[in-house]
Formats: sequence, C-alpha cells, structure tokens
Amino acid sequence: MARVKVRKTKFTIPSKYLLLIMTILCIALMILTFTTDAVTGPLEAVSGYIIIPFQDGISEVGMFLTSRKDNIKKMNELIAENTSLQEQVDSLTIENSMLQQDKYELSRLRELYLLDEQYSDYEKVGARVIGMDPGNWFSVFLIDKGTNDGISVNMNVMSGSGLVGRIVEVGPNWATVKSIIDDSSNVSAMVLSTSDRLIVTGDLETMNDGMIRFEQLRDEDNQVAEGDQLVTSQISDIYLPGLTIGYISEINNDPNNLTKSGYLTPSVDFKRLDTVLVILDLKQTVAE
Amino acid sequence: MLRKIIVFFTVIIGYLLQCTLFQRISLGGIVPNILVIITSSFGFMRGKKEGLLIGFFAGFIIDVFYGDILGFYALIYMIIGYLNGFFRQLFYPEDIKLPLILISGSELLYCFSAYVFLFLLRSKFNFSFYFVHVILPEIVYTVLVTLVFYKIILWINEKLEIREKRSASKFV
Repeated sequence: MARVKVRKTKFTIPSKYLLLIMTILCIALMILTFTTDAVTGPLEAVSGYIIIPFQDGISEVGMFLTSRKDNIKKMNELIAENTSLQEQVDSLTIENSMLQQDKYELSRLRELYLLDEQYSDYEKVGARVIGMDPGNWFSVFLIDKGTNDGISVNMNVMSGSGLVGRIVEVGPNWATVKSIIDDSSNVSAMVLSTSDRLIVTGDLETMNDGMIRFEQLRDEDNQVAEGDQLVTSQISDIYLPGLTIGYISEINNDPNNLTKSGYLTPSVDFKRLDTVLVILDLKQTVAE
Repeated sequence: MLRKIIVFFTVIIGYLLQCTLFQRISLGGIVPNILVIITSSFGFMRGKKEGLLIGFFAGFIIDVFYGDILGFYALIYMIIGYLNGFFRQLFYPEDIKLPLILISGSELLYCFSAYVFLFLLRSKFNFSFYFVHVILPEIVYTVLVTLVFYKIILWINEKLEIREKRSASKFV
C-alpha cells in the first residue's frame, strides 16, 4: 500500500483472513440452505421490502418506455396486420360457431359421464414480471406477488393458455418463477391425442431458437406426429394435469430404438413475458 | 460512513439495472454483467478487502433472489473482488487498458465457474456451445458497457476520495 495512512489506526483484520472467514461463511450458508430452510425465510422477507419497491418502479418505467417505442414501430405493421386479421376473423367466426355446437355436445356428454371440468375452475391470481435473472445461464424471473397474496412454493404459473413454470422461492411481496425452458427444469408431460408420456426438459442450447427438448417418449405405433399438442401429465408431482405446454416441432428416434425424443415449441412467448397467472391450487400429493 | 452508503446504493442500482433495464436491451438474450464491473473496479481501485466485501454483497443479493443455494454467487463475486485487489498498485485512473483487461478477466472467471459448477456438474459437456453462445457474447457486451460504466464508477470513487482526504486533513 503506497498511500500513507493519516487516520488513527483502528483494529483491522488482514484481507487474507477476511477472505478465509467469508469463504467459510459462504460455504456454511450453502450447506445450511441445502439442509434446512432456516436462513432464507427471514432474509427473503427483509430483502423483499428493501429491494422490491425499487424493482417495481424501474420495471414500470421500462415497460412504459418500451411500449412507447413499440407503438411507433408497429403502427405500419398494424395496418397491414389488421386487414389480414379481418379475413381471419371471418373464417374464425364460422369455425367458432361450429365449435360452439361441439362444445354443447361435449358438455352434455361430460354431464353424462359425470366428468367435472377439470381445470377451468382453478383459482388464479395475476402477477406482473418485475425482474429477470441477472445472469445468462438460467431462465428465472421475479413477480410482484408473494405469500401476502396466497402464493406458495411449487404453485404452477401460466400465461395465456400455456404453462410458464413453477414458483421456486417466495417472499411476502415477491416470488421467483423457474420457467420450463430453464436448463435445470423437467416437466412430466403427455401427448394430448394419444396419452403417451414423455419428459420435457429445458435446454439452454436450444432456448434461443425458441424450442425446448423432450425425451423418453414411448410410441411403438408411430402415432405421434409433428404438431401434436403436449400437456402436463397426471403423474407429475408438481404440475396440475392438462395444462398446455406446446406443440411438437421435431421428432426423432433415439439410438436405442425404443424411445423417441425431439423438440417442441412452447405455446408461451418467453421473450415477451410481462404478466402471468399463478394457479393457487396445488397438486394433490401423498402426505409423507 | 458516506462511502459505505454510496457503495451500497451503487451495488443496488447496478443489480436493479441488470435485472430490469438491461434485460430489455439485451442482445440476443445476453445481458451484460454490471455487478462484475462494479466488484472488479472497486477491487482494483480500493484494494483486496473492499473488493472482497463489495463482491460478497453483490453476489449475496443475487443469491437471495435468484440463486438456488445461498452463498454460491456470493463466493464467486467475493473471490473476483479479492483477486482484483492484487492489481491496486498497477492502477492509474487515466489508464483504461488495465480496467478493461481486468474486467474481462473477471468476466471469464465468473462465466467459467458458473459453467463448471452449474452445468458441467450436471453432465452438460458441450463447452464449445456454451462458450460461443453465452460466455463470449457476455464478455464482449460487458466490455462494451464497461467503457461507459467504468467512467461513472471512477468518478464516484474520485469524488469520495477527495472528500475523504479533505476531512482527514482537517483533523491533522
């Protein structure tokens, strides 16, 4: 240290000992979080009240600015889009009326079989996305609702009609959501048409192409094809059954010739996620 | 005391920018790492101990909100701050080359340890993919942002040092 110390000398720890102490502290924290839940609870509450208000404010300003920018850019696109959409509306109206008829028939049949509508009556709460994972490795984001709004860990998160992910951490006024495209997330799913089960795995390698992987699909009769809808399966521990995940875009035989794997396009646009719905019902599990 | 408060807010603002604003201006889904810039710059401007503590604090915020295990990012950032502290004698405020080299070095260390501990250990061996698509873009983007951000941090630090010198000489 070249600088001359003018101030009175205080008791100080040499930096290498400080490094040692802090390293031990970090490792102790890691072990503690692995084994218990004791440290995170109060810490999350305190930090939630300090940081979340800032984050709320910034994301609001950011949203305002981007929406302004988009408005100007999209004006021309919108005019062109409007005409093509009008045509689509016409064709959809016809399709819709046909579907309405089908729906009445379906509901009659359901009553007949005493099948309740399964997930249209889940209790949901809307939340805004107020921050993204600061690193580039994972796909975790922060929402502005927490235990105060009845949210708890492992609740399912949706956006529009598709599955977004699940709650992994929760504070009083915030919660973090791990999305299904995150590299460390796995979802037990099934093909809607054939009920074949498979595993959907988030993958950083294909995330930028807007696709995620699926594996372990057993389909001996070759009935599953590209474009088939994938929904969450009944046997998942965390995810409620029948939530849409996406559509198969590529399917390949595995080298073992027993199972198939491939890629699917999620039905949620993860790049432009600003509001999500949290389903307040938890999947029923066997009590330990 | 004033320094502590200012540094505290610098880190918080850096973290918030990284989570919100920079997510919106990300290039190809890649976000620059402001916290590494802050940790590393305070490391070589102020020495090992301060770098270490600031790094710990920066990593700790990420751990609380986004980390799977508490203390992991804190440890990485802390080591980055400490290692940068070794270069304090070589540091001159006018020189931009050393900060750029050190910050990209710190970035590389950060990305590499993130890959090894969070991906390699889950048997994701495709290092070349991750290097080309995550690590390299992150380093380049961070270095670009450094050119602006470093000036701000340097300015904050200089103001603080001038103030500290003045109040110190008052008592002599």
